Amino acid sequence: MAGQEQQQPQPRDSEVEEEVPVPPAPAEGQASASTQGVDDLLDEIDGVLESNAEEFVRAFVQKGGQ
Amino acid sequence: MTAGSEASPGGALPPGGAMRVMGSETEYGIHAPSAPGANATMMSARVVQAYAQVTRLRAAGGAETRWDYTDEEPLHDARGWTLERGQAHPSQLTDQPPVLDAEAVALAYGRDELDLDGEDESGSLLMNMVLGNGARLYVDHAHPEYSSPEVTNPAGAVAWDAAGDLVALSAVRRLAGDPELPPINLYKNNTDNKSVSYGSHENYLMPRSVPFSDIVKGLTPFFVTRQIICGSGRVGIGQDSSRPGYQISQRADFFEAEVGLETTIRRPIINTRDEPHATADKYRRLHVIIGDANLSQASNYLKFGTTAMVLSLIEAGLAPRIEVHEPVAALQTVSHDTSLTAKIRLVDGRRVTALDLQWMYHEAAAKLAQDTGVADAVDGDGHTHAVLDQWAATLTQLDSDRSAAANSVEWLAKLSILEGYRQRDGLDWDDARLGLVDLQWADIRPEKGLYYRLLARERMQRIVNDADIAAAVTEPPSDTRAYFRGRCVSSFSRDVVGASWDSVIFDVPGYGRLQRVPTREPLRGTKALTGALFARHREAGPFLAELLGSAPAPPPA
Repeated sequence: MAGQEQQQPQPRDSEVEEEVPVPPAPAEGQASASTQGVDDLLDEIDGVLESNAEEFVRAFVQKGGQ
Repeated sequence: MTAGSEASPGGALPPGGAMRVMGSETEYGIHAPSAPGANATMMSARVVQAYAQVTRLRAAGGAETRWDYTDEEPLHDARGWTLERGQAHPSQLTDQPPVLDAEAVALAYGRDELDLDGEDESGSLLMNMVLGNGARLYVDHAHPEYSSPEVTNPAGAVAWDAAGDLVALSAVRRLAGDPELPPINLYKNNTDNKSVSYGSHENYLMPRSVPFSDIVKGLTPFFVTRQIICGSGRVGIGQDSSRPGYQISQRADFFEAEVGLETTIRRPIINTRDEPHATADKYRRLHVIIGDANLSQASNYLKFGTTAMVLSLIEAGLAPRIEVHEPVAALQTVSHDTSLTAKIRLVDGRRVTALDLQWMYHEAAAKLAQDTGVADAVDGDGHTHAVLDQWAATLTQLDSDRSAAANSVEWLAKLSILEGYRQRDGLDWDDARLGLVDLQWADIRPEKGLYYRLLARERMQRIVNDADIAAAVTEPPSDTRAYFRGRCVSSFSRDVVGASWDSVIFDVPGYGRLQRVPTREPLRGTKALTGALFARHREAGPFLAELLGSAPAPPPA
């Protein structure tokens, strides 16, 4: 049933990667690639965020709970 | 089916590891942007109502039933006494169905609403449902709450907790499609950042023979520090968020006591509510109120898995002998220190970091699991090995590779987006856009929720695959009494008039009165024990007759 067929955590994958020699990318290139990833992500989130942040956040008022 | 889960149907789970009867309880933040003054209790009832409509469409005759309040005991204190009703805060009286009065309805939606069709057959608003997956969906104070069915392991807890988010999502979709009602958003978070908090609780079954004082001693240092692996992150410091900044936990600033019965005021690190929902002299059901609601599966997995293992340590008398000086203050110190370098003072004079404390618990848990054999990769219980690995990997990453930890640890994943905005747009911590990122992280709609945007980009680790979570919306766990409850609700909904954690009530033609089937043993009523019975019967009468071992009087001709 669902949930019981859990996946093993990640570290196993690294063994597979070790068999394939990948030349290390220059550090600068890595940095700009990851910055690019963040920029893409932020661009996407820009399009998803509710408009008028200040008003939206202010209006989110909850009554107490447990 | 993994080894261990059904090794001994109806019997005990293998002790010493991460397997345990447990469940999650999520109160969702609720907000109708187009109707900002709407009554929260009314809106929450609309959510429950909407899901009832969804299940009626799904299964002819309905796949939900009412809650049976007979065995609710919210004022029983695990320390051995019962609070007098007159002294209780009204929010503690959770054994009475909440009343939605006409005035509240009118205030929220206008007088006309009273005559509309938001009522069930008996004429009252539906505030409480038992679902076909064995869960409970209901109105708790001013929030809709999903309480998962009982599961036996942390991956099951992740699956059926995430299934609750899909239940909530289908209610949101249904309401969004109703032109008569304002759309309602639900958020899986724990504060409005304006001084109000609402809970995400866990419950764990334990033998009653374990002294409660051992639980308090063994758990407190763990609870002060486990937020570094399962905190959800929060923009703002202080209950009212008056100080700008970012902290690890949603809940930490709302805790004011070390031990206590309350859950809505003077919140304690260790909650003593003692409702076993099972054979009371054998079990206690530990009610944990300190956790953050988790969208990150890995954080949720570790929250349940590591806590279950620490309870195994306490049961074995092997919890690390650590006492934190002023634990409430330490809890907040840990939450406010995203560098993870702050030192906590122990009563014996040592000063340690939250990571140090977590490693002490990991070491003790790993040793117990090894000694009992449950962590064996081949012959173990099928769960403990993976929890220990994930726990160690996460602590290692938190120490030395935080960008890797951001794919699993929820507060770091959220922080990565916030830091992205801060760097790109030069935002200060009190900028409303960062507050919006914090809030919208927890929107349960995949197109709006920022957690789900990261998940879609494969930037968040999955513990359970999407198909299993979708199945858990309608299917109960196979290895607890939730199986019996859920199957009764989905197979015989017309004849089931009520259900609770430890009972299912039938009203079947041919029986003179209601038949209440007790389910006091959480590991009975499993698929192994009752699956064939469900397969043999399509009608509730013969099903009940075989179950109760007696033939009913023949129905009148």
